[in-house]
Amino acid sequence: MTDTIETPTAPTKSRFAKFWDSDFAWSFRHSPVALMASLVVLILLLAAVFAPVIAPYNPFDPASLNLMNGFTPPGTPNAFTQETFFLGTDDQGRDVFSTILYGMRISLFVGVSAVMLALIIGVILGLVAAYFGGWVETLIMRIADVQLTFPAILVAMLIFGIAKGVTPPEYRNEMAIYVLIIAIALSDWVQFARVVRGAALVEKNKEYVQAARLIGRGPIPIMFRHILPNVLSPVLVIATISLALAIIAEATLSFLGVGAPPTQPSLGTLIRIGQGFLFSGEWWILFFPACTLLALALSVNLLGDWLRDALNPKLR
Amino acid sequence: MFAYIVRRMLQSVIVLLVVGLVAFSMFRFVGDPIDNMLGQERTQADIDRLRAELGLDQPFPVQYYKFLKNAVQGNFGVSYRQGRPVSTIIAERAPATLELAFVSGFLAITMGIALGVFTAIRRQGIAANLIMTVSLIGVSLPTFLIGILLIYIFSVELDLLPSFGRGETVMIGNWSTGFLTASGLKALILPAITLGLYQMTLIMRLVRSEMLEVLRADYVRFARARGLSDRVINFRHALKNTMVPVITITGLQLGSIIAFAIITETVFQWPGVGLLFINAIQFVDIPVMAAYLMLISVMFVSINLIVDLLYYAIDPRLRVDARAT
Repeated sequence: MTDTIETPTAPTKSRFAKFWDSDFAWSFRHSPVALMASLVVLILLLAAVFAPVIAPYNPFDPASLNLMNGFTPPGTPNAFTQETFFLGTDDQGRDVFSTILYGMRISLFVGVSAVMLALIIGVILGLVAAYFGGWVETLIMRIADVQLTFPAILVAMLIFGIAKGVTPPEYRNEMAIYVLIIAIALSDWVQFARVVRGAALVEKNKEYVQAARLIGRGPIPIMFRHILPNVLSPVLVIATISLALAIIAEATLSFLGVGAPPTQPSLGTLIRIGQGFLFSGEWWILFFPACTLLALALSVNLLGDWLRDALNPKLR
Repeated sequence: MFAYIVRRMLQSVIVLLVVGLVAFSMFRFVGDPIDNMLGQERTQADIDRLRAELGLDQPFPVQYYKFLKNAVQGNFGVSYRQGRPVSTIIAERAPATLELAFVSGFLAITMGIALGVFTAIRRQGIAANLIMTVSLIGVSLPTFLIGILLIYIFSVELDLLPSFGRGETVMIGNWSTGFLTASGLKALILPAITLGLYQMTLIMRLVRSEMLEVLRADYVRFARARGLSDRVINFRHALKNTMVPVITITGLQLGSIIAFAIITETVFQWPGVGLLFINAIQFVDIPVMAAYLMLISVMFVSINLIVDLLYYAIDPRLRVDARAT
């Protein structure tokens, strides 16, 4: 006989259910704007990640291109080859739908990487400034103030220009994407540093930090294990809004011809190419990439706005 | 007060020195100027002679000092691409950018304040709500897409306005102006709207929120109780008090207009300094890049300085605070 001890199945809900019932999730479920925006972002994100699977053609494989297919209007068969393209083709016969998918991949890659890098730089400098104070804080925040007086896009352009000058010509195209990421990140870290410093200044005098200091934890564990988790929610909001700005900044730089190279076109590069055909009536080469960029930037922006209201951090 | 001004100016000078260092480092470390200037057939003696002539054998601080001295005198060297002095090229291009910036700044301020006051007074009206919605879309559209959209509507479809260039220009002394010819004025319309739209919506939203704040204040209620007309209250009492933040933001935006002019000039192929700078980046024309960097920093730093000092002069409360601390 085995007497089984009735283990009381505690009515603890799963982590997911807990999250589902939280105010945060409730506000998400009841905000049509947030639902729509995240749906659009999700679709675009999946489309970008699975671009090689979804795209009907590989626009960077010269073998799959047929110049005869050039300038096919969307949805109508080409006069010579009778092939039909969902969103038409550009001057070299590349399927616009496929180039958009691949272009979005690059736009999102640059945007997300730039924001991550800016976040890391900003969070570290902000925490260091708040924790150590003194001349370190003065130096970091002075640099931030000065940089803030220059528009971010101009700073990114200058960094891109200098980096382009430093890299040897044969690597310029290969490096362009990474230079772009660094340029956008360095133009954007200030926001993170200021917010993190502001929040960390409040946190650092709280009892749990004093307790941690009392048991002899060093400054680095205190900054990153104790203070950082408590200042993360405003960082999340800034990161989302920064992502929208970074995507637009990337598109702008690429449009100006100082960003993604023609061998790796982002949405901005595609718009730059499409602008050339505006006058000859091939509107679709420009129109569809522009719409994709708008949808992407707008929905990320709306998501960020909603996040700010939902988390209601001490941003303003 | 005096200490504040001195501290503020000292800070500006430090910023400019740092920017100068960046610009100088570009010259020093991006490519070897000797390589650019001497051809294939050169001897070590040639290299040494040119090195001494250009002062490249001197210590770093001495070279930096010389660079700054030249820059202050407007001497930025010779463009790698065009082979002409950078200062001449910039002087040629500056009128185009300044005229564009002036018109769009004027547009942004007048329209922005007018629409801001209107939307604040007629808060519930259909027109005001419509303007606010449109402005929201205007803010989220990237500048270059607004430019392309305008080109598509007014140049491609309606064929009313030119889509690129400055039209005919008239030379007045060294200043080429597009204000005096019909084609020059027509060419100015689309770029000016493109450049001014963002700043206009910004000023409009700022004026609106400030007005709404002020209209709730006690002194406005008192003015209303005194039986003053709406016009006097709105413009003499309310608008005046919204001006301090508006001036600050507008002043700071002045610099942004010059910076965003780079984008607008590229879309419309406007032959200004911004287009010059973009081309310089594309072709790694270091002297032009360095000169632009220096110029724009001087501009930004002085705008910031002036706005800070103006703010101090306009708002007496700040002066009281400074004395108290």
